[in-house]
Amino acid sequence: MIVNQFLVLAAALFAMGVYGLLVRRNFVLILLSIELMLNAVNINLIAFESMLSTPEAVGQVFAIFVITVAAAEVGIGLAIVLMIFRNRRSANVDELSLMRW
Amino acid sequence: MTVTDWVAEPVNWVFALVGLAVLLAGYRVVTTKNVVRAALFLVAALGGSAALFLLLSAEFVAWVLVLVYIGAVIVLFLFGIMITRAPTGFDEGLDTDNKLWPALLSLALFVTLAWASIDAFGANEILSTGDPTSTELIGESLLGRFVIPFEVVSFVLLAALIGGITIARRDPTPLEGEERLTV
Amino acid sequence: MSSWLLLAVEEGGEVARSVGDGGWWADTAGIMLVTPLIAFLAILAFGKRLKNQGGEIAVAALAINLVWATVLFVANMTGGVLDQTTFEIARIGSSLVFELGWVVDGLSIMMYFLVNLVGLLIFVYALGYMRGDVRVPWFFAAFSLFAGAMLILVGAPNLVQLIIGWEGVGLASYFLIGFYWDDLENVRAGNKAFMTNKVADVGLILGAVILGVTLGSFDFSTLSEAAAADSDALGAVAVAAGLLLFLGAMGKSAQFPFHIWLPDAMAGPTPVSALMHAATMVTAGIYLMARVFPLFEYLADGIRPWLVAIGALTLLAIGLLALVANDIKKVLAYSTVSQLGYMMTAVAAGGYTAGLFHLFTHAFFKALLFLGAGSVIHAVHSNDMSDMGGLRKHMPTTYWTFVAGSLALAGILPLAGFWSKDEILATLQFEGYTTFMWIAIAGAFVTAFYMARCVALTFHGRFKGHGAPHESPRVMTWPMIGLAIPSILFGLFNIPGVDWPGIGNFTEWLAVREVAMGDHHAEAIDFALAGIGLAAAIAGIVIGWLIYSKDRPRQEERDRFEIPVLYPLLRRKYYVDDVALGLVGATTGPVARFVDWTNTYVIDGIVNAVGGVTKLLGNLVYNGLDQLGVDGVFNGLSAAADSAGSALRKLQSGRVQQYASGFVAGALILVVLFVFVI
Repeated sequence: MIVNQFLVLAAALFAMGVYGLLVRRNFVLILLSIELMLNAVNINLIAFESMLSTPEAVGQVFAIFVITVAAAEVGIGLAIVLMIFRNRRSANVDELSLMRW
Repeated sequence: MTVTDWVAEPVNWVFALVGLAVLLAGYRVVTTKNVVRAALFLVAALGGSAALFLLLSAEFVAWVLVLVYIGAVIVLFLFGIMITRAPTGFDEGLDTDNKLWPALLSLALFVTLAWASIDAFGANEILSTGDPTSTELIGESLLGRFVIPFEVVSFVLLAALIGGITIARRDPTPLEGEERLTV
Repeated sequence: MSSWLLLAVEEGGEVARSVGDGGWWADTAGIMLVTPLIAFLAILAFGKRLKNQGGEIAVAALAINLVWATVLFVANMTGGVLDQTTFEIARIGSSLVFELGWVVDGLSIMMYFLVNLVGLLIFVYALGYMRGDVRVPWFFAAFSLFAGAMLILVGAPNLVQLIIGWEGVGLASYFLIGFYWDDLENVRAGNKAFMTNKVADVGLILGAVILGVTLGSFDFSTLSEAAAADSDALGAVAVAAGLLLFLGAMGKSAQFPFHIWLPDAMAGPTPVSALMHAATMVTAGIYLMARVFPLFEYLADGIRPWLVAIGALTLLAIGLLALVANDIKKVLAYSTVSQLGYMMTAVAAGGYTAGLFHLFTHAFFKALLFLGAGSVIHAVHSNDMSDMGGLRKHMPTTYWTFVAGSLALAGILPLAGFWSKDEILATLQFEGYTTFMWIAIAGAFVTAFYMARCVALTFHGRFKGHGAPHESPRVMTWPMIGLAIPSILFGLFNIPGVDWPGIGNFTEWLAVREVAMGDHHAEAIDFALAGIGLAAAIAGIVIGWLIYSKDRPRQEERDRFEIPVLYPLLRRKYYVDDVALGLVGATTGPVARFVDWTNTYVIDGIVNAVGGVTKLLGNLVYNGLDQLGVDGVFNGLSAAADSAGSALRKLQSGRVQQYASGFVAGALILVVLFVFVI
């Protein structure tokens, strides 16, 4: 196995996540796309760890951290979505354009 | 290593299969018109990445991924979908109309990243699967070298926990005339 | 103040007496010029609230003045007073100085005394005459203004102040002639007076300017000295200046043909006629001639016969007009003009003292006659003698004082008019104007004639008017008595050759002046001449009495009978008025039309053209430069800023995904930069 196969795969996933982030209207789907991106990053990290074989398994530890933080972030994100939905009865991101000119 | 060499290793077939599945799932996540299906496709994508982790001898991380991500996060997502009363059927208005620019951007992003990777790492090989990374090693690392990040992350979790509760808490005194949302 | 020369009574050459400077009274004599003006302002301010509507203030002002006037008069009588106080007002260059102040010498003291005494008596009379009339405060205010202006005039040390006073009395005259402005005729009379005077004033002002520029000073003393020294510079302009000044005097003193305003001026209230148009204002012209007398005496000799001729013409021709006048005031007005002719003749002939003595006496008896006429008018409510008659029984005081004044005017011995008229005849004879002397004698006959007519028609015969006439109140009769006394007695002050002990005589009083000048004064009475004059007067009275004392029903018929040939001519006042009106119309009409044409087409054309060009340029600048150019630049700039802003504001859409895409794009570029390029 070469590193690049994982890296390219991760890059593709990441790009798809970005696309989803920019295109989707539903806030929840945006969060979903963010998860996709984070997952791609994880793949990258593990692949590098595998390539480098550090004594402390740095990459994997980092990946664990990423997962943890992602989980926390999703929690907060959904709480916010909830609040928005309560105030506006819709989770449409397009409508959240109050802070504009 | 040449393509024939690569194809010769059976690991790579597994990789190719799983990788393809992941890519497909990821693609469907961002393009499907059904919100619930998007979440479920993400499950598939995450499952596929867990498999990839296993290929890379990162057992612990793989199972952590399954447990935390698929087990908790996705469930959370499904809850969120339900609560926000997203239409569970096919929703035509789910994407913005102007998709060209994001598409171009993500394509550019992919090309850049891929190019950078290939340019940097060429045909560097990774050791084969070999022994999986021991959990003990990770544990020692977590509480050894990375103890501070470990603690900080636990704070982050705590903060997220409290913050989440606070943000989503039902307003005890609603405004006049406003009926309480039963959410 | 310069040093003072003594003078000499001329034909004798001895120094009359030492001359003082009048002390404190002369130094403060300026107060006489100012009190009437203060009275003017005071009456305007609060005259309405007083019991006599401001008349008290006017009377008080003149009473105060009379104190000074009397003191100075007595001082002059006994010792002679010569003083001058001036204050510099302005200066052109380093030599031409404008000063205001007051002169105290024989002539001005006489005038101060005359104006204040006669003025005071007439003011008191006016308190009664104007009672119950309209606008009484304004009357007394304008009257006081007049008194102040007259005093400024007679106290003037230089031509400038004289002109100021001159115009001031003209203004007051205008106000008072047109006092009853409810009737348009009165307004017209005021305009006529003012404009006639104004035409003549051209001469006055031009003459004054010529003299001032030639001599470098407007002072009378400078003029007298230059004339006495036979100055060449002055000699060159003497004739022109003299004629111009005489022109001015003609206007104010109503010499032919500028006499036309005086009869019409009778439209004003009778006190006004008495003071202004008999005693004082009209004498300003004579006064001017007296002040510039050296000019004529030394330098402008050649034109004197013409001036005498004009005076004589006035004397006789206007006197004749009094024969056919039915309005009692008009009779007196024509009489005044005639007497002014006498004065002017005398002064022009070189009789300084003669003319001024007649001025002095005439003031008293003419004012008396006007007051009497006013008394009659007040009682009968009409000016026309057809409404009068037989008033002798109803108004005795008025009658006797009027008779006294008439006899004085006619020149009956020993009343004042006799002496002054005789003096004039003597002067004319001495200076060789024999023809004019006979004209003056004829004038004396005519004067007596018309006065007899007037007295007969007014006071004798049957009363032809309405209502019950009664004597006027004391406030009106006492001034008349007060004026009658001088009319009877003042002639005695100037009996030729008589020098009253302690006070001298009128000639000496008058002779107190800064520069000596030659003035003929008779040493003794010429009985022959006096006799002829007296005879003419008596003849006039007798004939007039015989004709007019008989009661005839229609007066116009009688006049036409008695004055056969001249009657139409006299009725139309020699057509002078028509000529004057025609002349004015004929000259001013075309001139005015030409000026109007010039104004409309030439001047307006130029102005319009300039305006049009300016407008064009303005439009050009506005539309081209401003709108397109400048505005274009700024509009363009702001439009650019606006569109830039509109474009850039889309960055801040508030939509997170847009921000995110920007994010990603930026990061991508950086990555490309750092990884591949650098």
